[in-house]
Amino acid sequence: MTVPANSPAAVEAIGLTKIYGSGNTEVVAMKDVSVTLARGEVVALLGPSGAGKSTFLTAIGLINPPTAGRIVMGGEPVMDGARALVDLRAYRRKHLGFVFQKANLIPFLNAVENVAVAMEINDVAPRAARKRALELLGYLGVADRATNLPDALSGGQQQRVAVARALANQPSLILADEPTAALDSHRGRQVMELFRKVAHERGSAVMVVTHDQRSLDVFDRTCEMEDGLLRKG
Amino acid sequence: MNLAAKDIRHNFGRFALTAIGIGLLLMIVMGMGGIYRGLIREATLLIDNIGADLWVVQGSTRGPFAEISRVPASLEDRARAVPGVASARRFVSHTVQREHRGKPLRIVVQGLAWPEDRGNWIPLVAGRPLRQAHYEIIADRSLRLELGEKIELGKNVYEVVGLTSGMVGSGGDGLGFFTVSDAQAIQFDVPGEALRLERQSRRARVEAEYIGQVQPLLVERAVGSASGIPALAPPQVSAVMLTIQPGMSAATVAATISTWPDVTVYSTQQQKDLLLSGMVDKAKRQLGLFRVLLIIISTIIMALIIYTLTLDKIHDIAMLKLMGARNGVIVGLILQQALLIGALGYGLAYWLGTFAFPKFPRLVVIENQDLLTLAGIVLGISVLASLLGIGKAMRVEPNKILS
Repeated sequence: MTVPANSPAAVEAIGLTKIYGSGNTEVVAMKDVSVTLARGEVVALLGPSGAGKSTFLTAIGLINPPTAGRIVMGGEPVMDGARALVDLRAYRRKHLGFVFQKANLIPFLNAVENVAVAMEINDVAPRAARKRALELLGYLGVADRATNLPDALSGGQQQRVAVARALANQPSLILADEPTAALDSHRGRQVMELFRKVAHERGSAVMVVTHDQRSLDVFDRTCEMEDGLLRKG
Repeated sequence: MNLAAKDIRHNFGRFALTAIGIGLLLMIVMGMGGIYRGLIREATLLIDNIGADLWVVQGSTRGPFAEISRVPASLEDRARAVPGVASARRFVSHTVQREHRGKPLRIVVQGLAWPEDRGNWIPLVAGRPLRQAHYEIIADRSLRLELGEKIELGKNVYEVVGLTSGMVGSGGDGLGFFTVSDAQAIQFDVPGEALRLERQSRRARVEAEYIGQVQPLLVERAVGSASGIPALAPPQVSAVMLTIQPGMSAATVAATISTWPDVTVYSTQQQKDLLLSGMVDKAKRQLGLFRVLLIIISTIIMALIIYTLTLDKIHDIAMLKLMGARNGVIVGLILQQALLIGALGYGLAYWLGTFAFPKFPRLVVIENQDLLTLAGIVLGISVLASLLGIGKAMRVEPNKILS
């Protein structure tokens, strides 16, 4: 998929700061972080534990609002400091996809239902949602496990289903927090390549928090955080 | 897709056990209501079927059902003379417990005013009404007597000539219909030795008086049968039942009789009200309190189970919220499960009740109105029980998925 040159950035984070607690217990988890992700771009976010990567990811994922700064998505301002400018839940539903270290599949839904539920939540008709979920599972190479419950899937297969779920509503931004940490290096690389494929073929921006240095060649660029500050980006 | 149904399928064992537990509790709630209805039906069965318009009872008493009432048997004749009275019958009722076939047998002895009343109004399931003045009985099946079986009560032996079904007294004991004189013979039966002692006592009393010393015939009469002594009144009856002539007002007849200072008169409805307010009211309140307690227990159990099921899904609920699921999706997931547990429990209670209730020793009457009310209560407690889980689910933040 070709992204028009003049299309607005998938996400613009401007001067994001997150402070937990106050007074003596105040902790600055993230300080004045600004990043822009273009559509179709796949970006790695690196840094040691406690650097503020997850705080940044959850801030632009509209889960954990920043204390200060602005977030603009697709040209539309969505957060101004801790103040939401849009209905965050509806915005996540329509524009964001998430993948985590654990697949977090719903245990009582099989693979295809885990993907379809994300679309049904977004008001897609059940039959259409199931059809598209099967397509996505095929795209990610797990169509043959469509009717298996998560318990019956390997870690890699579960993560692919989680990626399919993140893609279900054709989000403009996919956020992945150490998605390969529980996988062996081979399967980890496969998942990273999958993100690249998704970003380049479907035009979603993808930001992946990772410690895995061996797969960095997969990304268009890398950002690095340390002590709540963006060192390189 | 229906998330509640998917979750239930995944946790079927726990869900089914919960529904069974709730079902059994609801069956008890249903049964308690049925027992209360049964109490009322059993208590009022006789009054409803005996066909009396007015009950004349001992003055200042509440009648033969609520308390002891004694009126002279001759009251029947006095009552017949009142304008508007079509018929008057003596009413005798008392409970006896005797041994029969090595087991205790409790009979509510009911006197029929032979020869006017031979029990033709009694709904028989086998046999016939009474045909002779003595030694016949129409028995309820709950007494477990067979047609033609002979039973010894007092000094006489009675043959079962007819059988009824479901004719029991307010205590749940089966009714046995005898002629009034037989019923009285059973009631006032005393051992021979007691009779002999009573006669000796009479002799001593008479002989202590001057007239007894100068009238040997009087002493002779005094030691004879009590029924042969004109100065002694015949045995009393519990009440006299009246039927009113067509076109006449029961209230007018009652007004006439109520001027007699030795008796009190009640309509059939008043007699029923007295019976229910006296005997059944406490049972009603007792059963009502039990029902309330059981409903509260059912609600708490359902709430705990739903809450536990919700806690098990809290991570999944956080994931759904992260994906942007509306509150309605999450509320629906929990509420539908609670409603389904309630509905299954209710259905199970009804189904089990159809097998269990007929085997209860007392009559259990389940009326449609009670079933509807209980369904409403189950709906209410299902919603109430889900509130705890819903509250918990609403407080879950989507970032819980990261923990």
